[in-house]
Amino acid sequence: MNTPTLFGLCAVALVGVGLYGLIVNPQPLRKILAFNLIGSGVFLLFGAIARRGAAVGMGGDPVPQALLITGIVVAFSATALAVALVLRLFDEAGSVTLAPDAPAEPPDA
Amino acid sequence: MTLALAVDISLTLLVLAVAGWIIAVRDTFAAMIGFVAYGLLLALVWVRLAAPDVALTEAAIGGGLTGALLIGAAARLRGTEAAARAEYPGALTRTLAAVLAVTVAAALAIGVLALPDPTPTLAPAAAANLATTGVGNPVTAVLLAFRAMDTLLEAIVVLLALLGVWSLAPDRAWGGCPGPRRLVDPDGVLAWLARLLPPIGIVVGLYIFWIGADLPGGKFQGATILAAMWLLVIWAGLADTPPISRTWLRVLLVAGPLVFIVIGFAGSITAGAVLAYPEGHAKPLIVAIEIALMPTLVLTLALLVAGAPQRIPPQ
Repeated sequence: MNTPTLFGLCAVALVGVGLYGLIVNPQPLRKILAFNLIGSGVFLLFGAIARRGAAVGMGGDPVPQALLITGIVVAFSATALAVALVLRLFDEAGSVTLAPDAPAEPPDA
Repeated sequence: MTLALAVDISLTLLVLAVAGWIIAVRDTFAAMIGFVAYGLLLALVWVRLAAPDVALTEAAIGGGLTGALLIGAAARLRGTEAAARAEYPGALTRTLAAVLAVTVAAALAIGVLALPDPTPTLAPAAAANLATTGVGNPVTAVLLAFRAMDTLLEAIVVLLALLGVWSLAPDRAWGGCPGPRRLVDPDGVLAWLARLLPPIGIVVGLYIFWIGADLPGGKFQGATILAAMWLLVIWAGLADTPPISRTWLRVLLVAGPLVFIVIGFAGSITAGAVLAYPEGHAKPLIVAIEIALMPTLVLTLALLVAGAPQRIPPQ
Protein backbone atom coordinates (compact mmCIF):
# COMPACT_ATOMS: atom_id res chain seq x y z
CA MET A 1 0.00 0.00 0.00
CA ASN A 2 1.38 3.42 -0.90
CA THR A 3 1.02 6.74 0.92
CA PRO A 4 -1.83 8.30 -1.15
CA THR A 5 -3.97 5.16 -0.88
CA LEU A 6 -3.35 4.90 2.86
CA PHE A 7 -4.35 8.51 3.50
CA GLY A 8 -7.23 8.15 1.04
CA LEU A 9 -8.61 5.35 3.20
CA CYS A 10 -7.94 7.44 6.32
CA ALA A 11 -10.00 10.25 4.71
CA VAL A 12 -12.83 7.83 3.99
CA ALA A 13 -12.85 6.68 7.62
CA LEU A 14 -12.94 10.32 8.77
CA VAL A 15 -16.03 10.92 6.64
CA GLY A 16 -17.67 7.90 8.28
CA VAL A 17 -16.74 8.98 11.82
CA GLY A 18 -17.95 12.53 11.15
CA LEU A 19 -21.22 11.34 9.63
CA TYR A 20 -21.92 9.18 12.69
CA GLY A 21 -21.20 12.10 15.03
CA LEU A 22 -23.37 14.44 12.97
CA ILE A 23 -26.39 12.15 13.35
CA VAL A 24 -25.90 10.92 16.91
CA ASN A 25 -24.82 14.00 18.86
CA PRO A 26 -27.79 16.25 19.69
CA GLN A 27 -25.82 19.43 20.48
CA PRO A 28 -25.62 21.89 17.56
CA LEU A 29 -22.03 22.80 18.37
CA ARG A 30 -21.02 19.13 18.25
CA LYS A 31 -22.85 18.76 14.94
CA ILE A 32 -20.81 21.68 13.56
CA LEU A 33 -17.67 19.93 14.83
CA ALA A 34 -18.71 16.62 13.24
CA PHE A 35 -19.46 18.43 9.99
CA ASN A 36 -15.93 19.84 10.07
CA LEU A 37 -14.62 16.28 10.46
CA ILE A 38 -16.55 15.22 7.34
CA GLY A 39 -15.17 18.28 5.56
CA SER A 40 -11.60 17.50 6.52
CA GLY A 41 -12.13 13.93 5.31
CA VAL A 42 -13.32 15.20 1.93
CA PHE A 43 -10.34 17.58 1.76
CA LEU A 44 -7.94 14.77 2.64
CA LEU A 45 -9.41 12.50 -0.05
CA PHE A 46 -8.96 15.30 -2.58
CA GLY A 47 -5.40 15.80 -1.32
CA ALA A 48 -4.60 12.10 -1.70
CA ILE A 49 -5.82 12.29 -5.30
CA ALA A 50 -3.68 15.41 -5.81
CA ARG A 51 -0.65 13.47 -4.53
CA ARG A 52 -1.31 10.74 -7.08
CA GLY A 53 -1.08 13.43 -9.76
CA ALA A 54 2.58 14.12 -8.96
CA ALA A 55 4.48 14.83 -12.16
CA VAL A 56 7.26 16.91 -13.71
CA GLY A 57 9.10 17.30 -10.43
CA MET A 58 6.05 18.55 -8.49
CA GLY A 59 5.09 16.58 -5.37
CA GLY A 60 1.42 16.77 -6.30
CA ASP A 61 -1.00 18.34 -8.74
CA PRO A 62 -0.96 22.06 -7.78
CA VAL A 63 -4.50 22.73 -9.02
CA PRO A 64 -6.32 20.58 -6.40
CA GLN A 65 -3.86 21.85 -3.77
CA ALA A 66 -4.86 25.45 -4.53
CA LEU A 67 -8.54 24.50 -4.47
CA LEU A 68 -7.95 22.86 -1.07
CA ILE A 69 -6.59 26.10 0.37
CA THR A 70 -9.69 27.88 -0.94
CA GLY A 71 -11.86 25.11 0.51
CA ILE A 72 -10.32 25.27 3.99
CA VAL A 73 -10.83 29.04 4.16
CA VAL A 74 -14.44 28.77 2.98
CA ALA A 75 -15.10 25.95 5.49
CA PHE A 76 -13.82 28.21 8.26
CA SER A 77 -16.13 31.04 7.12
CA ALA A 78 -19.12 28.71 7.06
CA THR A 79 -18.22 27.39 10.52
CA ALA A 80 -18.00 30.95 11.87
CA LEU A 81 -21.46 31.73 10.46
CA ALA A 82 -22.92 28.51 11.91
CA VAL A 83 -21.41 29.21 15.34
CA ALA A 84 -22.79 32.77 15.25
CA LEU A 85 -26.25 31.35 14.48
CA VAL A 86 -26.04 28.94 17.43
CA LEU A 87 -24.89 31.70 19.78
CA ARG A 88 -27.75 33.96 18.64
CA LEU A 89 -30.20 31.10 19.22
CA PHE A 90 -28.76 30.74 22.72
CA ASP A 91 -29.14 34.48 23.39
CA GLU A 92 -32.74 34.46 22.17
CA ALA A 93 -34.02 31.19 23.61
CA GLY A 94 -31.66 30.49 26.52
CA SER A 95 -31.05 26.99 25.22
CA VAL A 96 -29.68 25.50 22.02
CA THR A 97 -31.76 22.37 21.66
CA LEU A 98 -32.80 21.18 18.22
CA ALA A 99 -35.52 18.91 19.62
CA PRO A 100 -38.82 19.74 17.87
CA ASP A 101 -41.07 19.53 20.95
CA ALA A 102 -38.79 21.35 23.39
CA PRO A 103 -40.53 24.24 25.17
CA ALA A 104 -38.93 27.55 24.20
CA GLU A 105 -38.15 29.11 27.54
CA PRO A 106 -37.13 32.74 27.49
CA PRO A 107 -33.93 33.49 29.44
CA ASP A 108 -34.37 34.95 32.90
CA ALA A 109 -34.04 38.65 32.35
CA MET B 1 7.86 -2.23 5.46
CA THR B 2 9.82 0.96 5.09
CA LEU B 3 10.21 3.52 7.86
CA ALA B 4 8.21 6.10 5.88
CA LEU B 5 5.25 3.76 5.58
CA ALA B 6 5.45 3.00 9.31
CA VAL B 7 5.28 6.73 10.03
CA ASP B 8 2.29 7.09 7.69
CA ILE B 9 0.43 4.20 9.31
CA SER B 10 1.04 5.52 12.83
CA LEU B 11 -0.07 9.00 11.72
CA THR B 12 -3.25 7.54 10.20
CA LEU B 13 -4.05 5.62 13.38
CA LEU B 14 -3.39 8.69 15.50
CA VAL B 15 -5.63 10.91 13.34
CA LEU B 16 -8.43 8.34 13.43
CA ALA B 17 -8.08 7.86 17.19
CA VAL B 18 -8.31 11.63 17.83
CA ALA B 19 -11.27 11.92 15.42
CA GLY B 20 -13.10 9.09 17.20
CA TRP B 21 -12.35 10.66 20.57
CA ILE B 22 -13.66 14.07 19.39
CA ILE B 23 -16.97 12.43 18.51
CA ALA B 24 -17.20 10.14 21.54
CA VAL B 25 -16.06 12.38 24.41
CA ARG B 26 -18.85 13.68 26.64
CA ASP B 27 -17.43 17.10 27.43
CA THR B 28 -17.85 19.50 24.49
CA PHE B 29 -15.04 21.73 25.69
CA ALA B 30 -12.66 18.74 25.65
CA ALA B 31 -13.84 17.85 22.13
CA MET B 32 -12.94 21.36 20.93
CA ILE B 33 -9.45 21.08 22.42
CA GLY B 34 -9.17 17.73 20.66
CA PHE B 35 -10.11 19.41 17.38
CA VAL B 36 -7.07 21.73 17.62
CA ALA B 37 -4.79 18.71 18.12
CA TYR B 38 -6.57 17.03 15.21
CA GLY B 39 -5.87 20.06 12.97
CA LEU B 40 -2.17 19.93 13.80
CA LEU B 41 -2.03 16.16 13.11
CA LEU B 42 -3.77 16.75 9.77
CA ALA B 43 -1.12 19.37 8.96
CA LEU B 44 1.48 16.59 9.36
CA VAL B 45 -0.56 14.42 6.99
CA TRP B 46 -0.52 17.24 4.44
CA VAL B 47 3.28 17.40 4.71
CA ARG B 48 3.41 13.66 4.04
CA LEU B 49 1.18 14.26 0.99
CA ALA B 50 3.76 16.76 -0.34
CA ALA B 51 1.35 19.69 0.08
CA PRO B 52 3.18 22.14 2.39
CA ASP B 53 0.94 25.05 1.34
CA VAL B 54 -2.13 23.13 2.44
CA ALA B 55 -0.34 22.03 5.63
CA LEU B 56 0.25 25.67 6.60
CA THR B 57 -3.38 26.54 5.87
CA GLU B 58 -4.68 23.55 7.83
CA ALA B 59 -2.52 24.30 10.88
CA ALA B 60 -3.35 28.03 10.83
CA ILE B 61 -7.04 28.04 9.84
CA GLY B 62 -8.30 24.46 10.19
CA GLY B 63 -6.75 23.91 13.61
CA GLY B 64 -5.96 27.36 14.94
CA LEU B 65 -8.72 29.80 14.00
CA THR B 66 -11.53 27.22 13.82
CA GLY B 67 -10.35 25.81 17.14
CA ALA B 68 -10.33 29.24 18.79
CA LEU B 69 -13.81 29.92 17.43
CA LEU B 70 -15.22 26.60 18.66
CA ILE B 71 -13.52 26.77 22.07
CA GLY B 72 -14.98 30.24 22.60
CA ALA B 73 -18.47 29.04 21.65
CA ALA B 74 -18.17 25.91 23.83
CA ALA B 75 -17.21 28.04 26.81
CA ARG B 76 -20.30 30.22 26.33
CA LEU B 77 -22.63 27.25 25.88
CA ARG B 78 -21.26 25.24 28.80
CA GLY B 79 -24.47 25.65 30.77
CA THR B 80 -26.53 23.90 28.08
CA GLU B 81 -24.47 20.74 28.25
CA ALA B 82 -26.42 18.97 31.00
CA ALA B 83 -29.78 19.46 29.25
CA ALA B 84 -28.40 17.99 26.02
CA ARG B 85 -27.44 14.74 27.75
CA ALA B 86 -31.12 13.80 27.91
CA GLU B 87 -31.48 14.21 24.14
CA TYR B 88 -29.00 11.51 23.14
CA PRO B 89 -30.74 9.14 20.72
CA GLY B 90 -31.52 5.56 21.63
CA ALA B 91 -29.65 2.40 20.68
CA LEU B 92 -31.68 1.91 17.47
CA THR B 93 -30.85 5.35 16.05
CA ARG B 94 -27.21 4.90 17.02
CA THR B 95 -27.03 1.52 15.30
CA LEU B 96 -28.70 2.85 12.14
CA ALA B 97 -26.34 5.84 12.14
CA ALA B 98 -23.36 3.50 12.49
CA VAL B 99 -24.63 1.31 9.64
CA LEU B 100 -25.12 4.38 7.43
CA ALA B 101 -21.67 5.76 8.30
CA VAL B 102 -19.97 2.42 7.57
CA THR B 103 -21.89 2.06 4.28
CA VAL B 104 -20.91 5.54 3.09
CA ALA B 105 -17.28 4.98 4.14
CA ALA B 106 -17.18 1.58 2.44
CA ALA B 107 -18.60 2.99 -0.80
CA LEU B 108 -15.99 5.77 -0.75
CA ALA B 109 -13.24 3.25 0.07
CA ILE B 110 -14.15 1.23 -3.03
CA GLY B 111 -13.79 4.47 -4.98
CA VAL B 112 -10.36 5.14 -3.46
CA LEU B 113 -9.13 1.65 -4.32
CA ALA B 114 -10.50 1.91 -7.87
CA LEU B 115 -8.89 5.25 -8.74
CA PRO B 116 -7.52 5.28 -12.32
CA ASP B 117 -3.81 4.75 -12.87
CA PRO B 118 -2.11 6.91 -14.03
CA THR B 119 -4.13 9.70 -12.46
CA PRO B 120 -5.10 12.59 -14.73
CA THR B 121 -3.01 15.56 -13.64
CA LEU B 122 -2.67 19.23 -14.50
CA ALA B 123 0.86 19.44 -13.06
CA PRO B 124 2.58 19.42 -16.50
CA ALA B 125 0.24 22.18 -17.75
CA ALA B 126 0.92 24.23 -14.62
CA ALA B 127 4.67 23.71 -14.98
CA ALA B 128 4.61 24.69 -18.66
CA ASN B 129 2.86 28.00 -17.96
CA LEU B 130 4.51 28.84 -14.64
CA ALA B 131 7.10 31.09 -16.31
CA THR B 132 4.41 33.39 -17.78
CA THR B 133 3.16 34.29 -14.27
CA GLY B 134 6.56 35.23 -12.87
CA VAL B 135 5.90 33.45 -9.55
CA GLY B 136 7.85 30.38 -8.51
CA ASN B 137 5.27 28.61 -6.33
CA PRO B 138 2.87 26.67 -8.61
CA VAL B 139 0.11 26.75 -5.97
CA THR B 140 0.26 30.56 -5.83
CA ALA B 141 0.24 30.62 -9.64
CA VAL B 142 -2.94 28.53 -9.64
CA LEU B 143 -4.54 30.68 -6.93
CA LEU B 144 -3.85 34.05 -8.54
CA ALA B 145 -3.42 33.36 -12.25
CA PHE B 146 -4.74 30.05 -13.63
CA ARG B 147 -7.74 29.86 -11.29
CA ALA B 148 -7.92 33.48 -10.11
CA MET B 149 -11.72 33.36 -10.38
CA ASP B 150 -11.87 30.89 -7.46
CA THR B 151 -9.76 33.12 -5.28
CA LEU B 152 -11.80 36.21 -6.14
CA LEU B 153 -15.05 34.45 -5.30
CA GLU B 154 -13.48 33.07 -2.12
CA ALA B 155 -12.50 36.56 -0.96
CA ILE B 156 -16.11 37.62 -1.53
CA VAL B 157 -17.53 34.53 0.21
CA VAL B 158 -15.42 35.25 3.30
CA LEU B 159 -16.74 38.82 3.30
CA LEU B 160 -20.33 37.60 2.89
CA ALA B 161 -19.86 35.24 5.85
CA LEU B 162 -18.74 38.22 7.93
CA LEU B 163 -21.82 40.17 6.85
CA GLY B 164 -23.91 37.16 7.83
CA VAL B 165 -22.31 37.02 11.27
CA TRP B 166 -22.77 40.76 11.77
CA SER B 167 -26.40 40.61 10.72
CA LEU B 168 -27.02 38.29 13.69
CA ALA B 169 -26.41 41.18 16.07
CA PRO B 170 -29.35 42.31 18.22
CA ASP B 171 -30.80 45.55 16.83
CA ARG B 172 -29.52 47.72 19.66
CA ALA B 173 -25.95 46.44 19.19
CA TRP B 174 -25.80 47.14 15.45
CA GLY B 175 -22.72 49.20 14.75
CA GLY B 176 -21.20 48.26 18.09
CA CYS B 177 -18.15 46.24 19.11
CA PRO B 178 -18.06 42.48 18.47
CA GLY B 179 -17.62 40.16 21.42
CA PRO B 180 -17.73 40.83 25.15
CA ARG B 181 -15.47 43.37 26.82
CA ARG B 182 -12.36 41.52 27.97
CA LEU B 183 -11.30 42.14 31.53
CA VAL B 184 -8.02 40.38 32.09
CA ASP B 185 -5.36 40.79 34.75
CA PRO B 186 -2.95 43.32 33.16
CA ASP B 187 -0.01 41.59 34.85
CA GLY B 188 -1.18 38.06 34.03
CA VAL B 189 0.38 35.50 31.71
CA LEU B 190 -2.08 36.25 28.88
CA ALA B 191 -1.29 39.97 28.89
CA TRP B 192 2.41 39.15 29.08
CA LEU B 193 2.18 36.83 26.06
CA ALA B 194 0.08 39.41 24.21
CA ARG B 195 2.96 41.85 24.59
CA LEU B 196 5.71 39.35 23.83
CA LEU B 197 4.33 37.38 20.86
CA PRO B 198 2.87 39.96 18.42
CA PRO B 199 6.24 41.45 17.30
CA ILE B 200 7.46 37.95 16.47
CA GLY B 201 4.12 36.90 14.99
CA ILE B 202 3.88 39.96 12.77
CA VAL B 203 7.34 39.30 11.31
CA VAL B 204 6.53 35.60 10.77
CA GLY B 205 3.14 36.42 9.23
CA LEU B 206 4.56 38.99 6.82
CA TYR B 207 7.41 36.63 5.91
CA ILE B 208 5.02 33.78 5.12
CA PHE B 209 2.90 36.20 3.09
CA TRP B 210 5.90 37.49 1.09
CA ILE B 211 7.62 34.13 0.55
CA GLY B 212 4.38 32.67 -0.82
CA ALA B 213 5.25 33.86 -4.33
CA ASP B 214 8.11 31.39 -4.61
CA LEU B 215 7.95 28.94 -1.70
CA PRO B 216 5.16 27.40 0.41
CA GLY B 217 3.20 30.16 2.11
CA GLY B 218 0.91 32.91 0.94
CA LYS B 219 -1.63 35.50 1.90
CA PHE B 220 -4.16 33.21 3.62
CA GLN B 221 -1.56 31.62 5.89
CA GLY B 222 0.15 34.94 6.60
CA ALA B 223 -3.14 36.74 7.17
CA THR B 224 -4.21 34.05 9.64
CA ILE B 225 -1.07 34.52 11.73
CA LEU B 226 -1.57 38.30 11.77
CA ALA B 227 -5.25 37.85 12.67
CA ALA B 228 -4.24 35.51 15.51
CA MET B 229 -1.84 38.14 16.86
CA TRP B 230 -4.59 40.77 16.79
CA LEU B 231 -7.03 38.40 18.53
CA LEU B 232 -4.41 37.67 21.20
CA VAL B 233 -4.07 41.38 21.95
CA ILE B 234 -7.87 41.72 22.04
CA TRP B 235 -8.37 38.71 24.32
CA ALA B 236 -5.68 39.95 26.68
CA GLY B 237 -7.68 43.16 27.07
CA LEU B 238 -4.87 45.33 25.68
CA ALA B 239 -7.04 46.51 22.76
CA ASP B 240 -10.72 46.30 21.89
CA THR B 241 -12.49 45.16 18.76
CA PRO B 242 -13.42 48.15 16.59
CA PRO B 243 -17.10 49.12 16.36
CA ILE B 244 -18.33 47.73 13.04
CA SER B 245 -19.70 51.14 12.01
CA ARG B 246 -16.17 52.57 11.62
CA THR B 247 -15.56 53.90 8.11
CA TRP B 248 -11.89 52.83 7.98
CA LEU B 249 -12.91 49.28 8.84
CA ARG B 250 -15.53 49.09 6.12
CA VAL B 251 -13.20 50.63 3.53
CA LEU B 252 -10.46 48.11 4.32
CA LEU B 253 -12.95 45.23 4.24
CA VAL B 254 -14.02 45.95 0.66
CA ALA B 255 -10.66 47.30 -0.59
CA GLY B 256 -9.12 43.87 -1.23
CA PRO B 257 -11.88 42.32 -3.34
CA LEU B 258 -12.41 45.70 -5.09
CA VAL B 259 -8.77 45.92 -6.21
CA PHE B 260 -8.99 42.28 -7.34
CA ILE B 261 -12.14 43.03 -9.37
CA VAL B 262 -10.69 46.21 -10.91
CA ILE B 263 -7.45 44.48 -11.96
CA GLY B 264 -9.49 41.49 -13.15
CA PHE B 265 -11.76 43.55 -15.40
CA ALA B 266 -8.85 45.69 -16.58
CA GLY B 267 -7.51 42.41 -17.94
CA SER B 268 -10.40 42.24 -20.40
CA ILE B 269 -9.04 45.43 -22.01
CA THR B 270 -5.29 44.95 -21.66
CA ALA B 271 -5.01 41.18 -22.03
CA GLY B 272 -8.17 40.14 -23.82
CA ALA B 273 -9.87 38.24 -21.00
CA VAL B 274 -11.31 38.91 -17.55
CA LEU B 275 -8.73 38.05 -14.83
CA ALA B 276 -5.97 37.71 -17.44
CA TYR B 277 -2.76 39.65 -16.98
CA PRO B 278 -0.95 41.51 -19.80
CA GLU B 279 2.24 39.84 -21.00
CA GLY B 280 5.21 40.61 -18.74
CA HIS B 281 3.17 42.36 -16.05
CA ALA B 282 1.71 39.31 -14.29
CA LYS B 283 4.05 39.30 -11.28
CA PRO B 284 3.55 42.99 -10.25
CA LEU B 285 -0.22 42.68 -10.68
CA ILE B 286 -0.33 39.46 -8.64
CA VAL B 287 1.71 41.10 -5.89
CA ALA B 288 -0.59 44.16 -6.00
CA ILE B 289 -3.67 41.95 -5.55
CA GLU B 290 -2.04 40.04 -2.70
CA ILE B 291 -1.02 43.24 -0.89
CA ALA B 292 -4.55 44.66 -1.29
CA LEU B 293 -6.17 41.43 -0.08
CA MET B 294 -3.91 41.11 2.95
CA PRO B 295 -5.52 43.74 5.29
CA THR B 296 -8.98 42.62 4.18
CA LEU B 297 -8.22 39.01 5.05
CA VAL B 298 -6.60 39.84 8.40
CA LEU B 299 -9.63 41.90 9.46
CA THR B 300 -12.21 39.46 8.09
CA LEU B 301 -10.67 36.34 9.62
CA ALA B 302 -10.20 37.96 13.03
CA LEU B 303 -13.68 39.48 13.08
CA LEU B 304 -15.24 36.16 12.04
CA VAL B 305 -13.76 34.67 15.21
CA ALA B 306 -14.79 37.72 17.28
CA GLY B 307 -18.43 37.13 16.28
CA ALA B 308 -21.50 39.31 16.10
CA PRO B 309 -21.57 42.80 17.63
CA GLN B 310 -22.81 42.58 21.21
CA ARG B 311 -22.23 45.97 22.75
CA ILE B 312 -24.08 49.20 22.13
CA PRO B 313 -22.08 51.45 19.79
CA PRO B 314 -20.23 54.39 21.33
CA GLN B 315 -21.86 57.73 20.69
